[in-house]
Amino acid sequence: MARVAGTTAEPIPGEPGRAQRALRASGSAMAGAAPILLLGLAWEALAMSGSLTPYQLPRLSAVLVRIWTDAVDGDLLLNIGVTLYRALTGFAIAAVAGVILGMAMSRNAAVRWLFDPIVSVGFPMPKITFLPVVMLWLNVHDVAKITMVVLDAIFPVVTATIAGIAGIDRHLIWSARNMGASNRELLWQIMLPAALPQIMTGLQVALPIALIVAVLVEMLMGGYGLGAAMVHAWRFADSRGVFAGIVEIAVVGYVLVKAMAIARRRLLIWHQEALAPSTV
Amino acid sequence: VSALFRYLPLLLLAAGWELVSRLGLVSTLALPPLSQVVLAWGEMVKSGELVTNGAASLWRAGAGLALATVAGGALGIAMAWWRPVNAALGPLVEIFYPMPKSALIPVTAVWLGFGDGSKVLLIFLGCMLPVTIGAFNGARGSDQALIWSARSMGAGRLTVLWDVVMPSALPEMLNGIRTALALAFILLVSSELIVAREGLGNLIGYLGNNGTYDAMFAVVLTVAFLGFAADRAYQALMRRLLAWRE
Repeated sequence: MARVAGTTAEPIPGEPGRAQRALRASGSAMAGAAPILLLGLAWEALAMSGSLTPYQLPRLSAVLVRIWTDAVDGDLLLNIGVTLYRALTGFAIAAVAGVILGMAMSRNAAVRWLFDPIVSVGFPMPKITFLPVVMLWLNVHDVAKITMVVLDAIFPVVTATIAGIAGIDRHLIWSARNMGASNRELLWQIMLPAALPQIMTGLQVALPIALIVAVLVEMLMGGYGLGAAMVHAWRFADSRGVFAGIVEIAVVGYVLVKAMAIARRRLLIWHQEALAPSTV
Repeated sequence: VSALFRYLPLLLLAAGWELVSRLGLVSTLALPPLSQVVLAWGEMVKSGELVTNGAASLWRAGAGLALATVAGGALGIAMAWWRPVNAALGPLVEIFYPMPKSALIPVTAVWLGFGDGSKVLLIFLGCMLPVTIGAFNGARGSDQALIWSARSMGAGRLTVLWDVVMPSALPEMLNGIRTALALAFILLVSSELIVAREGLGNLIGYLGNNGTYDAMFAVVLTVAFLGFAADRAYQALMRRLLAWRE
């Protein structure tokens, strides 16, 4: 889809060509990488200076070596896989169920009456508090962990879907009706695409939440996964493992959020927001 | 009456809870009747358990959030106002913003131990960036025409910063603080569940391990309600702070 859009766009005079743009992009990527490199150097220097014990702050190089050995062992891949599986399964369930519930609440007064107070009271609650209850009911395995993820990630999707549908231009719906669209066609071909930008925003909020909760429940419930590995290392006063966990979790979070932003651009390439300069 | 009708589903939910538990549809071990939970709650308030632990928790959340608001707001406005600050710190904010902040729980405990300090640091670190991003977006979006006219009327750079940029950054910054408020509760409860000697999260873990589930449900509902009430109170505050906009 991206290629089609790229070839149909008229070259604008005075605009930098593709090669120039690539050059500029790599230049700004380098400018962006400099502060991160500096931070890494500062970490290494602070750890070497001896003002902090290796337990309080292990050297970055030692942490990187640790990540490397974990990767060679296969532990890293396993833990990332398990964490992503829980976060993404929960996210997918929350996304589908959230959009369906949001649609149903927008279209049906009885459903709205039933769920509106639950959503408006449940959204601001710290759902993580219910973890001991979920543990009590569902034990500590994947079902309990994924349930916690869904419980937290569904609310932004529901509210975004409702807001998206409420914001649809009435004329769009009236004209579709006028041209004989059935209810189902109206839903799939008009309302869902028109509400998609808002729904995507909700999903972009929900995805980091899903990852946060997945890591948290692993920390609290144990088993495999990045969060569990980190707490395990911490219990054994293995602070290299703890810092390795932070770096790994940060990288996974960054990649997920970036991937979501790219998915948004792809899905909404027909929407006028695609023409605006990207902010992510 | 309309409010009653609106919140009727919640009452139905509560009644359903009481019923399934009383009728033995689910074990009272898994779900103690709501009335019993309420009684346990009353007892814990009387014994002071809930109050002392609640105060410890709220102090940690409040201190961390206050620090995050001040530092995060200042950082965001500085990034929008001075280009070099943005060039230096923008990439770091971008890297750390999507990081699941819960990963910091063991580290803050390594640095500051099991007490208040590690929780306050955790909440500070976890809540700062949403405020920063809000303040940055708000300040960057301030109307150029307003800044130019203030400058042409002889306002100094700092006056412009204080009188024009800060107010226009306020709405988005307040939204960022709302996100931070929700995060503060999540981080507070989870860090107290993992490492703490007191606090509501710790109390939940302790009661759960003890098997006194009616009391545990009471504390869980208390924390959930506190999170909800804090958000509602904050929204009311936000409306008052932004009343000048209308």
